[in-house]
Amino acid sequence: MPSTPRRRAEAAATLEASSPPPPITTAQKKELLYWLKLNRALETRLANLFKQGRVLGGLYRSLGQEAISVGSGYALGPDDWYAPVIRNMGTCLVRGIPARILISQYMARSVPVGGRDNALHFGFLDKGMVSTISPLGGLVSVMAGVALGFKLRGERKVAMTYSGDGQTSTGAWHEGVNFAAAQKLPFVLFIENNGWAYSTPVAKQCKLKDLAGRAKAYGIPGEVVDGNDVLAVYEVTRAAVERARRGGGPTLIEAKTFRRLGHSEHDDARRYVPASCFEEWERKDPIDRHEKLLVGEGAVGREEISRLEKRIEAELDEAQEWAEACPPGDPATLLQGVFAEE
Amino acid sequence: MAVMTYLEALRQGMWEEMEKDDRVFLLGEDIGAYGGAFKVTAGFLEKFGEKRVIDTPISEAAIVGAAMGAALNGMRPVAEMQFIDFIACAFDQLTNMVSSTRWRWGASVPIVVRGPCGGGVHGGPFHSQNVEAYFFHTPGLKIVEPATAYDAKGLIKAAIRDDDPVLYFEHKFLYRRIKEDVPETDYVVPIGKAAMRREGGDVSIITYGAMVHTALEAASGLEADGIQAEVIDLRSLAPLDEEAILSSVAKTSRAIILHEDQRRGGIGGEIAAIIAEKAFEHLDGPIVRVASLDTPVPYSPALEEAFRPNAEKLSKAVRDLVAY
Repeated sequence: MPSTPRRRAEAAATLEASSPPPPITTAQKKELLYWLKLNRALETRLANLFKQGRVLGGLYRSLGQEAISVGSGYALGPDDWYAPVIRNMGTCLVRGIPARILISQYMARSVPVGGRDNALHFGFLDKGMVSTISPLGGLVSVMAGVALGFKLRGERKVAMTYSGDGQTSTGAWHEGVNFAAAQKLPFVLFIENNGWAYSTPVAKQCKLKDLAGRAKAYGIPGEVVDGNDVLAVYEVTRAAVERARRGGGPTLIEAKTFRRLGHSEHDDARRYVPASCFEEWERKDPIDRHEKLLVGEGAVGREEISRLEKRIEAELDEAQEWAEACPPGDPATLLQGVFAEE
Repeated sequence: MAVMTYLEALRQGMWEEMEKDDRVFLLGEDIGAYGGAFKVTAGFLEKFGEKRVIDTPISEAAIVGAAMGAALNGMRPVAEMQFIDFIACAFDQLTNMVSSTRWRWGASVPIVVRGPCGGGVHGGPFHSQNVEAYFFHTPGLKIVEPATAYDAKGLIKAAIRDDDPVLYFEHKFLYRRIKEDVPETDYVVPIGKAAMRREGGDVSIITYGAMVHTALEAASGLEADGIQAEVIDLRSLAPLDEEAILSSVAKTSRAIILHEDQRRGGIGGEIAAIIAEKAFEHLDGPIVRVASLDTPVPYSPALEEAFRPNAEKLSKAVRDLVAY
């Protein structure tokens, strides 16, 4: 297992030895820039709403990790399913959950779940989105079960989900990976390794240098990718998804990145993470990096980027207005929906 | 009609549902070629094939998790716990993930998790448990426990067709010990409806599972003392048939709750509270619980006999209550 993240061409080549997929187009690269910037702008806006007391409870941001959600979500086919965990708002956006629904959810409005649960704890089966829950590990076998459904019906579809570095220490995570491997399911699992499980660094969680090495124990491919390179994430995911679609079984992908904020909005990571880490990873910012690449390729100019940013803010203004017009969740409905007939 | 055991009736119910509905499949440990530890699924692999009869790793959390995922994706999985004691390994999946899903975000999780419960066969602390109380507390889970072969078939069919997660507890003591005429036709026993097993005007014995037979044995003996006991078989623990409980207590004015699960924190406490809240004015005496001792389930015959309720212990409780 390599300890340095693979370059995108190399990672893709391993998985997709037979027929190389067509290269990503400039238009697609520009779309990725839009999703990255939308992801960050939306989370920044939610942080402001949190400060104002209008978003309650936990707010788990993905500052500096957006390339993982965006790049992987972008690689799925239209009928594939996914389940985000707490820092995968970008996946939801890319997969067609509008910003207005996300803002409404974080503000506990009537849509999508009427204030019954917080953060990214919601789903839309018609968009192939399954809800996560807070206890970690169990989602792996649930999404393996979604993949099992595809396999039993002979459908060429794929299920994908995520885990943090911390989640890979749970028994349920390992049961889920082993089950998916034993059943050779069309399943892709990310380990979003941001270095910290709340306040505990990876080195205190396990002795592996690369968490993708856990794949070896289950006889499935384990890939390491630079999680701050959106194109590398896209390509490694696309190769894993296509492999799963062809009946090649699951892939584990470790995306290396860094959590530039606390675990949740209340938490100041600078109290326990060395300051040099923040400086280092700010320089590796995935959005700056992708933007520079596009500017260097002559695909976009500074003016177009500035227009894009203004467009995103206008979209989010509208989304927030829509969300604020939704009524709050209604306590009178609380007893409904425990069972089907209620 | 054909005479069949409780186990054969359960097997026929699953078989019929699998023949009728392609979405139904089985997953669990040793359920395929081996046919399950108690042979409940014997013959299923040959009939339905490996895709629909899946031998899994020893991973109860993954079995229940994968069942949920497949159910979200339009399937109707029936997951077997080899012994119901091992359902504890899937506790998080059931109490956090499966049970809350419909309420939290509106998705249906039509899974059945079934397995052999209960003692009387000297299985020791980890092959004899009754686990209903752990899940009875959790909103969103249905729980059934048949006492007869007829109900074993009718309830598994209802459970598989139900749009909510159903825990189906089958009592291993009854598997091959009871048999009766069971229709070989398609029928269901509705979830949430208790059954009157014996009518009587002096005392209500509210029970379920293998203890229904203990209650009937005690009731026959008590006739000699001139005591007419009514026996209510709950069949469904969640939802509970409160109406059946309350109308029986209104008639007899005396309530005994009998269960094989340990006494403290068992569902008898909840049933007693319901009776106290809603039928207080009908009562002529205290609400009495007859249940197992508050220890792990013991292994040796002598210890297990001392641990579990039996007809003799129940009869004494009935006589004491009638004399109150």
